[in-house]
Amino acid sequence: MTDRILITGATVIDSTGERQADVHVRDGFIVEAGDDTGAGSGVGVETIDATGLVVSPGFVDLHTHLREPGKEEAETIETGSRAAALGGYTAVVAMPNTDPTQDCVSVVDFVRRQGQAAGLCDVRPSGSITVGRQGDQLTPFAELADAGVTIFTDDGNGVQDAQLMRRAFEYTKGLGVTLAQHCEVEQLTGGAVMHEGDCCSHLGLPGWPALAEELMVHRDIELVRLTGAHAHFLHLSTARSVELVRAAKAEGLAVTAEATPHHISLTDELLRSYSAIYKVNPPLRTMDDVVAVRDGLADGSIDAIATDHAPHVSETKERPLDQAPPGMVGLETALGVAIAHLDMDLVDVVAALSWKPAAIAGLADEHGCDIAPGAPANLTIFDPAKEWEVVPALLASKSHNTPFVGVPLRGKVEHTILQGTFTVRDGKATR
Amino acid sequence: MSRSLLSIDELGADGVRRILDLADTMAEVNRRPNPKVPALRGKTVCSVFFEDSTRTRLSFETAAKRLSADTMTFAASQSSLNKGESLKDTIETIAAMGVDAFVIRHRSTGAPWLVDGWTNASVVNAGDGWHAHPTQGLLDAYTVRTCLNRPDGFDGLRVAIVGDIKHSRVARSTTAAFTALGADVTWVAPSTLLPPVVHEHATDRLDDVIGADGEGLDVLYMLRMQNERMTEALVPNLREYTTRFGLTAERAARLAPQTLVMHPGPINRGVEIAVDPSELPGAVINQQVTNGISVRMAVLYDMLSIGSDPTSDIVITDAVAAERTEES
Amino acid sequence: MQDRAPKAVLGSEDVRRATTRMAHEIIERNQGLDGVVLIGIQTGGVWLAEALGGEIARIDREIPTGSIDASLYRDDIGLRPVSPAAVSDIGFGIDASTIVLVDDVLYTGRTVRAALDALGDYGRPRSVQLAVMVDRGHRELPIRPDFVGKNLPTSTAEDVSVTVEGVVIS
Repeated sequence: MTDRILITGATVIDSTGERQADVHVRDGFIVEAGDDTGAGSGVGVETIDATGLVVSPGFVDLHTHLREPGKEEAETIETGSRAAALGGYTAVVAMPNTDPTQDCVSVVDFVRRQGQAAGLCDVRPSGSITVGRQGDQLTPFAELADAGVTIFTDDGNGVQDAQLMRRAFEYTKGLGVTLAQHCEVEQLTGGAVMHEGDCCSHLGLPGWPALAEELMVHRDIELVRLTGAHAHFLHLSTARSVELVRAAKAEGLAVTAEATPHHISLTDELLRSYSAIYKVNPPLRTMDDVVAVRDGLADGSIDAIATDHAPHVSETKERPLDQAPPGMVGLETALGVAIAHLDMDLVDVVAALSWKPAAIAGLADEHGCDIAPGAPANLTIFDPAKEWEVVPALLASKSHNTPFVGVPLRGKVEHTILQGTFTVRDGKATR
Repeated sequence: MSRSLLSIDELGADGVRRILDLADTMAEVNRRPNPKVPALRGKTVCSVFFEDSTRTRLSFETAAKRLSADTMTFAASQSSLNKGESLKDTIETIAAMGVDAFVIRHRSTGAPWLVDGWTNASVVNAGDGWHAHPTQGLLDAYTVRTCLNRPDGFDGLRVAIVGDIKHSRVARSTTAAFTALGADVTWVAPSTLLPPVVHEHATDRLDDVIGADGEGLDVLYMLRMQNERMTEALVPNLREYTTRFGLTAERAARLAPQTLVMHPGPINRGVEIAVDPSELPGAVINQQVTNGISVRMAVLYDMLSIGSDPTSDIVITDAVAAERTEES
Repeated sequence: MQDRAPKAVLGSEDVRRATTRMAHEIIERNQGLDGVVLIGIQTGGVWLAEALGGEIARIDREIPTGSIDASLYRDDIGLRPVSPAAVSDIGFGIDASTIVLVDDVLYTGRTVRAALDALGDYGRPRSVQLAVMVDRGHRELPIRPDFVGKNLPTSTAEDVSVTVEGVVIS
């Protein structure tokens, strides 16, 4: 069921820039977008007064853990989709570290169907690079590509074997898919629970040196150079990683990168609370790294903001640091963190949330589209100035492990429209 | 006065002094034929040790008993933790039995802080991961204070701590305690056994620190060198470790007789200390153990008797008078 | 804390005379000084024990003097702030001795009771007598002084301060 929707008085932001316009949606598509659509309010038209609000293409998350199949106690595709919609997302790329792994058509189809049944967000499953994410055997890329998969990653882990990664790049070159890497040289991070630096030295905790990420970023950039493939770097977190990608892009190499909301706003000092809520892979780093990542987003070295939404049952996060799983939820707070912490024009913030990740995910014909007649109606309507604070118990996600309690957020989603239908109306999910 | 003792940093320099002063009183109690006072009668102290340690646990239990407190022991290996009960549930179950203080040792950094958040009982950190062991730091400071007669502080005192600093909560807490009192602490270790970021003076040349005649050092603190470190490529082998960092006969001969030699125990004979400690004039390792009881008594008393206002009985404030009227 | 003008009820001369009188009383009551020791309760009783010791030495001879801290024996831990005022110092055996326990002010009697318990952990004296400079009344336990400098009825709202300089009520 699609609505007829008229959005009036809004500031429209898309890749062409910022303008005042009304937007008229019908049958899942934008029919008019201009000063006076002339469609008029009438019978069967739902009118939204968007004065003071922004209408943009819906956000696309390149990096979400929906946990289903395998860890439904932490999140399901339905609850994760709802959290995504409330965060303004019309599409999410579901990470493959499920149980069973998303390394075969049957699991990938299952995830997509569940997403469709929930009807709150366009759930696009990614595939793993290696079978079972074990790092030994390549996944049947072509089979999964035929089933619609556009991004492959072993996220949760990086592919440790350089030879295997080279083969993966070579094999997938012609398939129109992207390999995405969780950069972590595991031999350098054994037992680590936080960033290796001043804070971890003082606390006497095993640390994750920045080098463990940078070494793999460097390796994959060189493999891209060697093979002519392209690579996407997940959740970059260190200053040097940003430098490496900036230099690679300057040379014209086909690399893209993303950063999480927590890596542009939080530092390793939070671990002095000993709370596992702040434990994440890659870990929270120093202020210098945070600034470098922000700068990377500002100058385009980092293309997209991706949440790495990682739900965990609260009991697991109440354990001591070394026993707790890493990860933070982030779908519902991404916009709020981004606007509050990035010193960028709103257009550029929205770019990083919407059309740039849409392009990387190969979804640009459906998501992140310019708001013009004929475009699919996947839209986010948000208040860019609204200041708010997150209350964990009120999150729609099944898990509440958010690190942003007490952090001021600016920017809140009011409505989300998926294929012309409201998934979020007045800040509440419609189903 | 403070409800819990989790780290030297949180205790602060004033707190360190307060505990050491209290330890003088407790040491006097321990010198009596009947070393027992009724101060904590009716209080229950529960030792919750998730890591093996007979010595520290016995030290705490002795301290509690000498203050007439009741003691309980929770031994992790016999516990329902093995059946999947979470740390939080374990603590809440014990707290429900009416415990005034937990003494907790856990292999995970931060566990005592989590416990402190889950209960109103006092929590004493008896060692968490590589991070902190505040009562060890306090008893080490007390030992130096009494053996070198430095009741006013450690300004100008030169201390060297030698060994596996990186994995040592003793090194961290003892350094914090000595530094809080004004001492000058140097860490002596190979880089692989130092934390990634070091703010203290650090060197890998023990012989330079001891000097030709040992006059440059007031306290030599040797840490245990654990066998497990061998498998992690942190030191090539123990023999090389002892040659470079051990208290060998040759180094012992160069030590000044008034230099204190300390060790948290138990000693790996032949590794970090390659001589018989009883032949070292400055060895105060046994005093450390004895002082451990006094210091732990001081800590338990400080936490479980409310307040540390040194008002004597003569001056009765209105507040107390009102309280007395309420009581009767 | 009440704001009232402190009133000096005894001057330093009065205190000195009372000390001398009590010293004589102690010697008289014990028919000499055999086995008699002075133990001041920390902290208020220490100066008085030393003062009594000085007077007794002037009149007769020196006797052993020590001090005891009773904080760890108080029965009201948990009700009020307490921390050991000083370390106990009894450098002699007390078995079979006659202890003259000394404090500056006797009030509820709880401090003396605690001190008696504390002494019990050092040995078993033949007897214990109590000497105080001021008895201000309001006893809560069956404790009575053997030697008193001055009886001073007070209200519980008042503070009594006793030093070698004199006694002040405020």
